[in-house]
Parts: sequence; structure tokens; C-alpha cells
Amino acid sequence: MTFTTKLEIFEGPLDLLLHLIKINEVEISDIPIATITDQYLEYLDLMKALDINIAGDFLVMASTLMHIKSKMLLPKQEDDLAEIEDPREEIVRSLTEYMQLKDAANELASRDILYRDVFKRGIEMKGGGEDITTTKVTLYDLMDDFKKVIRKKHPDIVLKFNAESWSIKKKMIEIIRILNEKKNLLLGDLFSTMESVSEMIATFLALLELIRTGFVNVFQGRESSDIMLEAINEKT
Amino acid sequence: MDNHLKLTVEALLFASGEPLNPRQIRDLLPGKDLKDIKKALKELKDEYETMKRSFLIKEVAEGYQFRSLPKFKPYIANMLMSTQSRLSKPAMETLTIIAYKQPIIRQEIERLRGVEVGGILKMLLKKGLIRIVGRKSLPGRPIIYGTTKKFLEVFDLKDLSSLPTLKEIEELDDGEEE
Repeated sequence: MTFTTKLEIFEGPLDLLLHLIKINEVEISDIPIATITDQYLEYLDLMKALDINIAGDFLVMASTLMHIKSKMLLPKQEDDLAEIEDPREEIVRSLTEYMQLKDAANELASRDILYRDVFKRGIEMKGGGEDITTTKVTLYDLMDDFKKVIRKKHPDIVLKFNAESWSIKKKMIEIIRILNEKKNLLLGDLFSTMESVSEMIATFLALLELIRTGFVNVFQGRESSDIMLEAINEKT
Repeated sequence: MDNHLKLTVEALLFASGEPLNPRQIRDLLPGKDLKDIKKALKELKDEYETMKRSFLIKEVAEGYQFRSLPKFKPYIANMLMSTQSRLSKPAMETLTIIAYKQPIIRQEIERLRGVEVGGILKMLLKKGLIRIVGRKSLPGRPIIYGTTKKFLEVFDLKDLSSLPTLKEIEELDDGEEE
């Protein structure tokens, strides 16, 4: 069974504080510090309960809030009342500054952004000119080539898959051995010595497995249609 | 007005793709006056506006550039198979801080945002939107960041002084709702 909790993820402590100020509908310049601090800590507990990793920044803010809260509780001295600084002042300043920047960020993001809203001349289409020497080979290219190889040897054969004695695993080992010797190889040459269709199919399946697992790379020259194989040795 | 000069300037802008500034154009047209080139650019800009085409000449990154109008964005994006990776909110905020407060060190950005920004800075550097402008003579010689010309180009800004002015925040709802 699954259930989802609707929990806003706040990117940082300032985001969370702004949210709390907003839901409490209080003035940023006159934050009820005790209430906000309690809610802030509750939120951190909730994050802990949900196993959300709490960044250190959240904890720093928590201690700042508690510090302000304790300062607010201290009785003010009558004589220098006028000079006493509101302990919330610094946090109000950073919140205001942060909001101002958030606002500016929204405004920037809503401009006519290049490549998103507007376009300049001469942008290259995707996939044009990645690599000039080789092109990517698809499974269909491989299968086409394989069919050609089979046709050359057995012009009138119908491909049938029987339970036969060729082991794909053994073929995989064989292909790796050949490729380690020869560095690279034409796909056709891999099959040149084989007579039985089922052996060729086993070899082909072994090759597919090697490509899938990243031991063998297939590529094709731009000009010729011959598919080449090479072993990838630097596997970690 | 020298019509040939105007058309030459137009041809250069058309072929360039990148923003061209009057100085670059003058370097290509020996004997021409910077004043006349500026005048030609201004006239061309106005002409395309009155013609109501699908594109305009815009002033970005201290130069002039042909740009499509925003309303054609779905079609062009489709054609280009554009998978423009959007900047996340945290990235946008970090970039904004750098744009407005530059030259700025990482510590100061983190103070303003209240969170760590190392990963975001790396990403913005990689995208070419910000650059390292130097090191501050403070303990640890922290890196100073600033925005790039590409930043101006991407965000449709003529220069840094044309960044919208920061609004004074009085009520919380002003900034949050939008």
C-alpha cells in the first residue's frame, strides 16, 4: 500500500520561515518569534520523522531563532530602552533581502529567454554533427547485416530457431577472444568461418549480449556501410 | 542616409547569428563612421518593428541580434527538438544574486540564500552563465563570481544596467504570490 504526504519541501531555512510567516498571516517586521520558532522546530521534527535529510543550515537557523526567543523573554532595562535593538532585527533584514531577491529571480525568469521563448539565427538541430567519423548503429542495422551474412551463405534458408547445442556463453567468450586478438573486426568476418545457421544465430545473440553489457562496441564508418566491432577493455 | 551601408549592416547581422556591436561592424567596414553605423542599426531595428515580421532586431549583450518573436516559440522549439534545460528555482535565485550583487564571493551568496550553493555554482559555471572574475584578498583567497556576456544574451538584457531595479519589499504577499 502506498500513500503520499503533501509536504512542501523547502530548499532552505529562509524559505521555510517565509512560509510560516505567510500561513500565520503576520507582518514580516513584527514576527511573533515564539510561535514561529515553535512551528519551525515542529517542522524540523516532521522532516526527521519522514526521514528527510536535514541540512545543517536548518539547524543553524533553529538555534538563531531560539536565541532570539530567549532574548525577547529577558526583561528590558528601563533606562536604555530607546537604545535597545530589537533582537529580531537581523533576521527581518535577511528575510526582506531574500524576498527581494526571490522577487527579482521571478522577474528574470519571466523574461523572453533565449532558446526557451525566443531564438536566434543559426541554431544547429539536435543530432547534427556530433561525431563526424562514425555513426551510431541500431539493432536493425545489425540485424540487416546479419541477414546479409546468412543470405550469402544460405541463399534460400528460412530462419528457424531450434533448441540446439550452441551455447551463447561460449560464443561470448569466443567473440571476446577474437576481438582481443584483432582489435577490431568486420561484422561479416566474425561469421566467415561458420557453416551452421544455428551457430551463426548463437553467435549473433552472444554479440548482442556483449553489446548490451558494454563489452563490445559497434560502429559504422560514415562512407561505407560495413559494421565494425571492437572490444571495450577499460571496464571498471 | 546611405542605403548601401544600412543594407550591409543588415547583411552582417543576418549572417552573424551572434550579437554584433557597432564597433565590430565598423572594423568590418573600413572608412565608415561609427555614428552612421549606429544610425543604420537604429533604423533597421525600427523598420523590422514596423514591418511586423515574425522576428525583430533586439539589443542584447551590448550588441544587435535577429530574434524570433516569443509567440512562435512552440513551433521553433519543436523544429529544433529543443530540450532547453530550465534553471531550477534555487539556480535562478543564485544566478539573480550574482547578477545583482556582483562581484560577489560564495560566502556572501550563501548568507543571502541561507543555503549552501557549491553545486549550483559549478553548474552555472558549466553553462557559461557566470564566470570567475578574481580572488578576494581575504583569508583563503575566496573566488569572486560575476555574470557573463552569455547571461546577458540568454536573459534578453542589453547590459547589466538594464537589469530591472530591485523592488522595495514591504508586504510579504507582494513577492510570494507571483
